[in-house]
Amino acid sequence: MSPLATWKFSRLEIAFWLLPIAAFFLFPKYLTLGSQILITALFALSLDLILGYARIISLGHAAFFGLGAYTAGLLAKYGWGEPLSGLLLATAVATLAGLLTSFLVVRGQDLARLMVTLGIGLMLYETANQASSITGGVDGLSGVEMGKLFGVFSFGLDGRTAYVYCLVVLFVVFLFARTLVRSPFGLSLRGIREGEKRMPAIGASVSRKLVAVYTVGAGIAGIAGALLAQTTQFVGIDSFAFHRSADLMIMLVLGGTGYLYGGLIGTAVFMLLQSYLSSLNPVYWQFWLGLLLVVIVLFARGGILGALAALRARIKRGRR
Amino acid sequence: MSVALRTIGLSKSFGAFRANADVSLSFAAGARHALIGPNGAGKTTFINLLTGVLPASSGEVYLGDEKVSTLPQHARVKLGMTRTFQINTLFPGLTALESVVLACCERSGRGGVWWRPALAERAAIDEAGEILSRLKLDRDAHTVTRELPYGKQRLLEIALALATRPKVLLLDEPAAGIPSAESAELFAVIAGLPRQVTIVFIEHDMDIVFRFAERITVMVGGTVLVEGTPDEIARDRRVREVYLGEAAHG
Repeated sequence: MSPLATWKFSRLEIAFWLLPIAAFFLFPKYLTLGSQILITALFALSLDLILGYARIISLGHAAFFGLGAYTAGLLAKYGWGEPLSGLLLATAVATLAGLLTSFLVVRGQDLARLMVTLGIGLMLYETANQASSITGGVDGLSGVEMGKLFGVFSFGLDGRTAYVYCLVVLFVVFLFARTLVRSPFGLSLRGIREGEKRMPAIGASVSRKLVAVYTVGAGIAGIAGALLAQTTQFVGIDSFAFHRSADLMIMLVLGGTGYLYGGLIGTAVFMLLQSYLSSLNPVYWQFWLGLLLVVIVLFARGGILGALAALRARIKRGRR
Repeated sequence: MSVALRTIGLSKSFGAFRANADVSLSFAAGARHALIGPNGAGKTTFINLLTGVLPASSGEVYLGDEKVSTLPQHARVKLGMTRTFQINTLFPGLTALESVVLACCERSGRGGVWWRPALAERAAIDEAGEILSRLKLDRDAHTVTRELPYGKQRLLEIALALATRPKVLLLDEPAAGIPSAESAELFAVIAGLPRQVTIVFIEHDMDIVFRFAERITVMVGGTVLVEGTPDEIARDRRVREVYLGEAAHG
């Protein structure tokens, strides 16, 4: 995918986006799972911007997911039930938190970044745990009452409103991310990924760009968290949990980093498999996911999309 | 003649080892100035200090009248001092054109534009195309850097530097690792750069140094041994000792 590419959506991309629309009509009973996948896909998209494009390894990305979730949840609990403004405010809070912590994160190298992001995630988890009078602690935040979307569509039990809401938000944010990575700014992120040492020698401040992309990634994670709070009308403390950050990393690596679509595909595969395997055996399903992950990393470098890209290149070469 | 770049007592120590000791040099605007000396003489360290890759232990760097010793690398580039690297330091996964467009956007202050595709940056793309054709890389514009032959990667090193529109261009062994026939070609390209650009280069091939340089500084053991015109350097007894001595040991 060259950044010197046009805006236009390829046929493959259009087909990709038709899938979740088709799923809405074909699987009306699974819309709740569908919404979960869309929300997590958005979360994975945010991690792809910072990991796939800027090579910042984060194991604490749930910090921003949780901030978005609690912001949206608390707003709705205390009377601000309008979804869109709640979503924007939650995004703002997560973005601000991303900006403030970015300076800690971009300073170090890989291992330091891993530890700093992990530490920030743990601190927020414990803060939410301790402040149980506000957050509900381990019991979670209940009493979240969402208003109707546009004053018309209520978030009902059938999950239809939630699904469409999540899909539209995912698509809009995806368009934003897609524009970003094809822009000169996106080109410079690829420059950092490909040759961080050269960047200052062409007059670019690497840390400023990393701060920018980390902040954007945090904001998008906040959107995902807010969507979860709004559509489930509940915020569990596990929205800050370490396993959420770790699972996310698995999904993104499974799909392939640095394509934007990798996070979406990895999330869908991971969560569908999880749903299927856990229905077969509720205890041991993680075994098979673990095995899949090992196989992908060892035999399909670059995840599902990386493997497909390699296959395509091979076929092309064969034809010549 | 005005001075493009000068240093005052520039020093760098790594523990007890003094890689550069009290180096005071000045480079006239438009100079074609070679830095020579045996391996370990501190030439690359000197360039790292000039450009801010390494912080100096003491001493100052002036670019024109401006003191730049405390500025970070990228800020010095913005002020007009750009380097190339002895070991290719490129963007392996980007095409040649993408790499140079990237550098052009950063120079023109468009590197932060996120709301429209890079494809819309016509000025940067045109300029990148010109730079590539000046270095005879136009046919390779769409080749991914890691797939370019080594010699062309050396040219891309220079292309990236030119995209920053340097006033002072520091070339660290631009022809390192390429056959001498090709390196003469490469230096012909460098010789064709506009006269406003001050060029300081490190080079080991004495034929090239004496053909291309108008002034030569000889460094030994982290200090300046002597500076002069090529004729003066060729006649200098100390320089011959250094090189003959090295040959005798080698």
